[in-house]
Amino acid sequence: MTVVDRSVQPIQSPEDVVRVRQVARERAVAQGFSLVDQTKLVTAASELARNTLEYGGGGEVSIEVLNDGMRKGVRLTFADKGPGIADLDLALKDGYTTGGGLGLGLSGARRLSNEFSIESKPGEGTRVAITRWR
Amino acid sequence: MEKIPILRMGRFLLVTIQIDMHDRLALQLQDDLTDRIVKDRAHGVLIDISSLEVVDSFIGRMISNIAAMASVLDARTVVVGMQPAVAITLVELGLSLDGVRTALNVDKGMALLREEVEAAGRV
Repeated sequence: MTVVDRSVQPIQSPEDVVRVRQVARERAVAQGFSLVDQTKLVTAASELARNTLEYGGGGEVSIEVLNDGMRKGVRLTFADKGPGIADLDLALKDGYTTGGGLGLGLSGARRLSNEFSIESKPGEGTRVAITRWR
Repeated sequence: MEKIPILRMGRFLLVTIQIDMHDRLALQLQDDLTDRIVKDRAHGVLIDISSLEVVDSFIGRMISNIAAMASVLDARTVVVGMQPAVAITLVELGLSLDGVRTALNVDKGMALLREEVEAAGRV
């Protein structure tokens, strides 16, 4: 698997969340994703970018364009240095939230992605990576 | 400051969301619409989301909130024009938009609103 392109976007404001959606859309279009696949990637990106902002206190996303033989994909890695998540299993449950949301962000983003990984240490921050393949 | 325009059409309010809204703008729309329902004594709200390419859990919650607040204020809400890719994604995300009436396009949405308002005896 080769990383063809990599860029980093800051996530410090609600406007940045919109920009993350736009960049994710551009990359998905360039990789030849179908409209449904584009929409799933962009929606997952929106959920995770908002989490980075609201729960992580801001951070950044690394956007990678992937080629793996015939497969083309986009990987998004969201990182923050926020309070971290003490119980990952609980955080991944539908409907669980410590904020005012619906508790669908993490679990929904996982469902909308082909690959999903999360690492978090209380007091150090959270890193969530998703990949969607065409 | 940027704002989503709210148009009045007789007894109804019409909102067409044509930009990729950030979260504050979505909350602003929620507040503005509730104000206008009261000020204009509106019987119904039609929200056209045909230009929206993404409905995530935040926008989904805003739509549900608007419908719930409108209902408390004795107004019906119909959401029209959802793109198929958005509908597929919403369901997979786990969002069901409970309590929100939907229609395929503005014409059908207006017809549905009229029916609902008449059925509620508010002619």
